[in-house]
Amino acid sequence: MSWTGKILRIDLSAGTCTSEPLNMQWANDYMGQRGLATKYLVEETDPTVDPFSPDNKMIFATGPLTGTIAPTSGRWSVVCKGPLTGAIACSNSGGFFGAELKNAGWDMVIFEGKSASPVYLDMTNDQAELKDASDLWGKSVWETETALRERRGDPDVRVASIGLAGESGVLYAAVVNDMDRAAGRSGVGAVMGSKNLKAVVVRGTVGVKVNDPMAMMKTSNAAKEILAENAVTGEGLPTHGTQILMNVINEVGALPTRNGQDVQFDGAHDIGAEAMAEVRESDGQSNLVSNHACFGCPISCARRSKIDPTHFTVKDKPQYQGVSGGLEYEAAWALGAANGVNDLEALTYANFVCNEQGMDPISLGVTIGAAMDLYHAGAISQEDTGGVALEFGSTEAFVAMVEATARGEGFGKELGQGSRRLCEKYGHPDFSMTVKSQEIAAYDPRGIQGMGLAYATSNRGACHLRGYTVASEVLGIPEKTDPLATEGKAGLVKAFQDATAAVDSSGTCVFTTFALSGEDIAPMVDAACEGDWSVERFVEVGERIWNMERQYNIAAGFTGADDTLPERLLKDAAKTGPAEGSVNRLNEMLPEYYESRGWSASGEPTAETLGRLGL
Amino acid sequence: MHKALVMEADACTGCHQCEMMCSYGKVGAFNPSKSVIDITIFDGGAVNVPSTCTQCEGAWCMVVCPVEAITVNSSTGAKEVSAEVCVGCKVCTIACPFGAINYDVDSGVVTKCDLCGGEPMCVEACPTTALSFVAEDSTGYDKMRRNAILAAGIEEGIA
Amino acid sequence: MHYVIAGAGPAAVAAAEHIRELDTDSKVTMIGAQAQPPYSRMAIPYFLTGKVEQKGTYLRRSDNHYAEKGIDYLHDEVVSVQPEDHSLSLASGEKIQYDKLLLATGAEPIIPPVPGMDDPRVQQCWHLEDAERIIDLAKPGARAVQVGAGFIGCIILESWVLREVDLTVVEMGPRMVPRMLGEKAGGLLQTWCESKGVSVHTNTQVKAIESTPEELHVVLESGETCPADVVIVSTGVKPRLGYLQGCEIKIDQGIVIDEHMRTTAPDIYAAGDCAQGLDFSTGETAVHAVQPTATEHGRVAAANMVSNNDLPYKGSLNMNILDTLGLVTCSFGAWEGVDGGDSAEMFNQDNFQYINLQFKEDILVGANSVGYHKHLGMLRGLIETKIPLGPWKDRLIANPVQIADAYLGANEASLKSS
Repeated sequence: MSWTGKILRIDLSAGTCTSEPLNMQWANDYMGQRGLATKYLVEETDPTVDPFSPDNKMIFATGPLTGTIAPTSGRWSVVCKGPLTGAIACSNSGGFFGAELKNAGWDMVIFEGKSASPVYLDMTNDQAELKDASDLWGKSVWETETALRERRGDPDVRVASIGLAGESGVLYAAVVNDMDRAAGRSGVGAVMGSKNLKAVVVRGTVGVKVNDPMAMMKTSNAAKEILAENAVTGEGLPTHGTQILMNVINEVGALPTRNGQDVQFDGAHDIGAEAMAEVRESDGQSNLVSNHACFGCPISCARRSKIDPTHFTVKDKPQYQGVSGGLEYEAAWALGAANGVNDLEALTYANFVCNEQGMDPISLGVTIGAAMDLYHAGAISQEDTGGVALEFGSTEAFVAMVEATARGEGFGKELGQGSRRLCEKYGHPDFSMTVKSQEIAAYDPRGIQGMGLAYATSNRGACHLRGYTVASEVLGIPEKTDPLATEGKAGLVKAFQDATAAVDSSGTCVFTTFALSGEDIAPMVDAACEGDWSVERFVEVGERIWNMERQYNIAAGFTGADDTLPERLLKDAAKTGPAEGSVNRLNEMLPEYYESRGWSASGEPTAETLGRLGL
Repeated sequence: MHKALVMEADACTGCHQCEMMCSYGKVGAFNPSKSVIDITIFDGGAVNVPSTCTQCEGAWCMVVCPVEAITVNSSTGAKEVSAEVCVGCKVCTIACPFGAINYDVDSGVVTKCDLCGGEPMCVEACPTTALSFVAEDSTGYDKMRRNAILAAGIEEGIA
Repeated sequence: MHYVIAGAGPAAVAAAEHIRELDTDSKVTMIGAQAQPPYSRMAIPYFLTGKVEQKGTYLRRSDNHYAEKGIDYLHDEVVSVQPEDHSLSLASGEKIQYDKLLLATGAEPIIPPVPGMDDPRVQQCWHLEDAERIIDLAKPGARAVQVGAGFIGCIILESWVLREVDLTVVEMGPRMVPRMLGEKAGGLLQTWCESKGVSVHTNTQVKAIESTPEELHVVLESGETCPADVVIVSTGVKPRLGYLQGCEIKIDQGIVIDEHMRTTAPDIYAAGDCAQGLDFSTGETAVHAVQPTATEHGRVAAANMVSNNDLPYKGSLNMNILDTLGLVTCSFGAWEGVDGGDSAEMFNQDNFQYINLQFKEDILVGANSVGYHKHLGMLRGLIETKIPLGPWKDRLIANPVQIADAYLGANEASLKSS
């Protein structure tokens, strides 16, 4: 409690499913989900493994709070070596699948080897069986989930699957659960596809028990109260979703626009939260239908959207005319501002396609932005793009590229390799808005200095979710820091990274940290689990995880030299806004960061640090 | 006056906190499959409907029970199942026109909402206004009754 | 006013109690022939499995429930009714006057006209005493042949399997529970039973039961002979009407009653398994012989007896639920469909799942299901409220599993428009 103490190991090569006890020593040191699954990966695989080799493993993991009454307890992770980056990949997802997996009595499912033909894993509590998925191969996530639900005949089963992108090896393919929640980043879906694993279906009725139920209720209620009273988690996110950030970040001058050429987007107000809520002339409805919650979540930041049925993207395509997962801020930015596209309906359509075929909208959008940049610079022409004039801001061109990538057709195949490979191929590596080959997120490091350091040092490549200093630098949580200053950012980034690693390993959502601190979350882990989970231990686990991931990446061939940012962010100053004239001053922060981490000047954890953390 | 559990679909976000808390009260574990309140999500997540027993006047479950396993708690008005008395014949599960009493395979008896003895745990768990526990004569209760009558479409004489 | 109720089953008890609720002063007499306090046949299978003791089958828990309610419970048997002078005669020789009479005398098992039925090792399963004898006969390893795989036959299967009896089932119909389940559902149930080690013969009748001192031989029309240590006969039931011979009351399949539960004789009502009342689905009259109809009949009859026929009855929805060795099957209303109607079907042989929904326009009129036990009552709700399904009909046709979604969706839509 509240680990189930059981791991399901699936040998896809042999076609076997076996149960084994959870290594409780590791559980105590790495908590669960991100940390614990990474520990298993580290122990069981060679970091230099080809991500698409059968020797790479993929782990579906829950945390000790997953499936409990703790607020936002729907979280789960997919961990493997990532094909986009060649680094450790851990993608977290919400929805209902993770809690169902935990309710079925499993802390983790480890997939190893490769199936000779397409299969899916069918689970009900302790029953697990690999079944033929030949008829599902070539189907979208939506079709697959619908078909498997019907096959099971149980309205309460949960499904995680890949679409065409995962099958065809799009390097940022996602694993999608519950139709539109995704373990989105770093290409975990492509690893799943490389193993010929189409889907996992689970039904769990065993239940989740906690060590101290009364303390669990008390600590969860306290956390829920804090979340309800907090302006971001109690008001902003429920009402507007993450999209509330669009105008905020644009005004800060940190909205990477047209592949990082600008830091402000004149179309921002067309694609943000307010635009989603506006009533359309065509059908008298708004794009936004309602908000929605993942399992156990009182915040309910998710958006449900309906595309204007008269819009050219969905005309005569009824499968896109229903309500589905709407735009989150990152997706709206990557699909929109990063390409200069301000057509909300088109962006929503692209987002639907990302869910439908299992793609990370951030990497997709940023890669299309890079392609537009290449086109703009004359490095590629309509001959390369299949006759599409890839102009920044062209909705038609954007939509064509989204569809081509999803289907793996023509130029879409190149886009499916991500921005770094695309830009290198066409001779402009400087156009690639990536760190360690993963595309940056919706915060321009020229306008928010700390995010530059966070991107540069993120263990899975550029990512906003590994150390969200935006909370402090823009929103003032837990305290306001100057986004244009570099002072103090090393410590800030480290603190956010460690705390996030702990939260990502607990089974709860990092969005709680707008309101909650370790002081609130650790007591819930303490109530759920055996042993004494102090705040100090909670944070230390986070730091241990961070260093373990770092060690994995070093063993995989990364060095301190990879802790950098796209040239454009370091050299080309922001042209407008509060950050006008600024570049990211990574060099002012990185040495201090290494030092605060207890790493050498070249970015390697020292023996002392490793010893202190028990690594 | 008895209080009634009022469910407002418009305010429900589908988070399942109520199911978790309910199941905890029933079986001592967070296990939505054991909850007697259900969240049904459809239309791509646009509609989330909480549903459970409305403790209806008709009490089809109670009337049809062949062994008097269902009785009224006079302090709450809830129709409560005695797990000791219930034989598991399931006839109440087809008689209830709301589908609000269901057979539990593991325990071999039927389960339904008992208002937790007057302090419904689901209401406590709900982070929105989707669930509330209010005096029967409030507006919300009227709506619930309307829902009940609509769902049952029943002549009053059976009640 | 003296209300007399002939019978002491669920319909009778429901009626007696409801009369008492509506009329606190008048005299209420309930006459039952069984040795025990009123009990429920629904509960007998669970007595057989040992889940409950005999007392657990009683309709009411309190030892002096009827006295507490002011209901005179007379342990006797009605042998005749004299409508002309508002009286009835009892086996004890007593004669009782009534002002209003409810006939709720229930049903009795049909004994097939087969030689050898009189052997003591051949058992009915109807009364509590039968159950006690069966418990005696069903020793582990004993060979049992059950004649009839109808509703009762299926419910008691579990008790055999639990007692580790070597069981063979013989059903004359084309499938198990033919009156409740369609071909696919019945077939699924048969496969299920066979997977649990029960041998099932359908489409064949028992020709004779031959007995030797050591064993019985059940001879089938198909030519096969099944050796047996015990034979259980559950070939259906019929209304118990013997006491009405020569009485001026219209009888068809059962006692014919109108929408106020009145028979053709003045001040005489009928309810439950002996009554042929209005059927919700067909608008005709039918004998349902199921518990929900019995209790509804009882309550509606009571209301009409007290109110002077103020409560017209819309008719009972025929419905049934069965748990056969853990596989739950159910049926509602016009599960065989209606002329010009549409249907939705899902059939998953591997998972033992089946759903069949029958629609008339966009209204649900009947259903069969196998392998589901959640939210089944919603099917009743959808059928009886006749709520228009609108878009949900097509969604159910696409995937019939979404019954809860359809029920809640249609109700929400209806609420919003009202």
